[in-house]
Amino acid sequence: MARRVTSRRVWVSTGAAWFFGFVIFLPILWMVLTSFKTELEAFAMPPTFLFFHWTTENYATVQGRSDYVHHALNSIIVAGGSTLLALLIAIPAAWSMAFAPSKRTKDILLWMLSTKMMPSVGVLVPIYLIYRDFGLLDTRGGLVAILCLGNLPIVIWMLFTYFKEIPKDILEAARMDGATIGRELIYVLTPMAIPGLASTLLLNFILAWNEAFWTLNLSTLDAAPLTVFIASYSSPEGLFWAKLSAASTLAIAPIIILGWFTQRQLVRGLTFGAVK
Amino acid sequence: MGQITLQRVRKSFGPVNIIKDANLDIENGSFVVFVGPSGCGKTTLLRLIAGLEDVSGGQILIDGRNVVDVPPAKRGLSMVFQSYALYPHMSVRGNIAFGLKMAGLPRPEIERKVEAAAATLNLTPYLDRKPRELSGGQRQRVAIGRAIVREPKAFLFDEPLSNLDAALRVQMRLEVTKLQKQLGTTAVYVTHDQVEAMTMADKIVVLNAGRIEQFGSPIELYERPANLFVAGFIGSPKMNFVPGDAAGEPGAATLGVRPEHLKIGKEGEGWPGTVSVAEHLGSDTFLYVEAGKLGMLTARCIGEFSLKAGDHVWLSPDPARLHRFEKDGSVIRR
Repeated sequence: MARRVTSRRVWVSTGAAWFFGFVIFLPILWMVLTSFKTELEAFAMPPTFLFFHWTTENYATVQGRSDYVHHALNSIIVAGGSTLLALLIAIPAAWSMAFAPSKRTKDILLWMLSTKMMPSVGVLVPIYLIYRDFGLLDTRGGLVAILCLGNLPIVIWMLFTYFKEIPKDILEAARMDGATIGRELIYVLTPMAIPGLASTLLLNFILAWNEAFWTLNLSTLDAAPLTVFIASYSSPEGLFWAKLSAASTLAIAPIIILGWFTQRQLVRGLTFGAVK
Repeated sequence: MGQITLQRVRKSFGPVNIIKDANLDIENGSFVVFVGPSGCGKTTLLRLIAGLEDVSGGQILIDGRNVVDVPPAKRGLSMVFQSYALYPHMSVRGNIAFGLKMAGLPRPEIERKVEAAAATLNLTPYLDRKPRELSGGQRQRVAIGRAIVREPKAFLFDEPLSNLDAALRVQMRLEVTKLQKQLGTTAVYVTHDQVEAMTMADKIVVLNAGRIEQFGSPIELYERPANLFVAGFIGSPKMNFVPGDAAGEPGAATLGVRPEHLKIGKEGEGWPGTVSVAEHLGSDTFLYVEAGKLGMLTARCIGEFSLKAGDHVWLSPDPARLHRFEKDGSVIRR
């Protein structure tokens, strides 16, 4: 018997979905609201929800005290650079593993994944010392390198699963049709892989943008991205919730806007392979 | 021109020999079908001819020129894949034109050739659709269109009809045969379906475990199978095999008789047995007869016989149509 969908059921599930969606979104909403409160109202008990004295002074203070644009630029360069570098390395790697696998391809894939199983803090000291000795501390290049390496396993895995879905027959048909490897790439492979490439790129960009552990430990000012910018409001200032919220809102705004406009791509990227 | 010659072609994947010393001469304009059970190497042999796999030894000549070191596109062949392998992001027009575009033909000429190929295959109304908007049969037609538009020396078909339903398969079978005759282009066709092989081929290559068991016209294979394998593989229902001495032919290790060459005789004539299953198809009746020492025999009788399970029958083989085999399986020629 087919499952009957009554209108009551639709109402209940719609209500539940909205409720849980709201619960998940609440911290972000609260952060945004708090960023418009005065410091006093920010930790008032009981908390005020919408009826408080709206102010933008926190944003002014934050911008006056630290250079948002500088950090945002660093975030864009570090996240963008590490993503492009990772794709540059991962595309050929994933191609060869998907289309010309060897006996050990599976082992290599698992080994790459296994590097993600160790907590990053486990290699903090050696990495820190290497960075210090090579003069990479607080440089954009250093951050690009570490974020690229950190995310590379995920990027390769995503692309590998994506490429695996492209039937080999089609590539062979292109070869029979007289396409050289270059033209096969341009006319057949890339158009078929674009959705996968795009979602990988987006996801990796977001991961790199939000990466805090390495950026906090390996940069202070010159190369510091927005994560460091937020963190600088938490420790020395103690309980200045409103300013911290303003800084956080500023930091996540670009990525939320990016995520909003690309959500279709992202969802497709995260679920590809699940349904044929 | 499209003369394809295989000389001692071998292919192994690691220690496994997929193709063992294949020698074959495919005449220009002929329709040759590779047939055999799954895993016999028929697809591998086709891919070797196509250049999608490299030979481990031997030569492949196309119009007299050894092509083993020539890349697939330069061999002048085109292939139709089992999965159709259409480019999903291109329209039907784009799919058919792709090969010509790669060859660098001027645009008006491409346009003209694509239109002509589409007209031949009744695809003109669908030229601007994407493959996903087509039915299975139409996709198959596009795959064929992509193959014919390049005017190749030969078509290679890799089980092209096996994804279609039964009715469409019969129809496409006729269309492919007709098209090949009309174009006069050499065709090499791989299938595991012996009915397809028998109906489409000028010549059939029967493959088994990487060896060419026999190469000949369908009727030749049917009437004069070279060995037990070919005798059992060609023909439906399968040929009956009985031990020679039990059948009163001590000279042969095995005796073969096709179901249609077993007659229901008068009592006391031929081999006695009991009907275990009778299949009434109207045009034919298939009798599965338990015949003691001879084992289970299949008899195909024209027309309707009102026999049922448990009935006793006498089966007499047509003496002119008996096949005798040696112990090693090869046929005893007389």
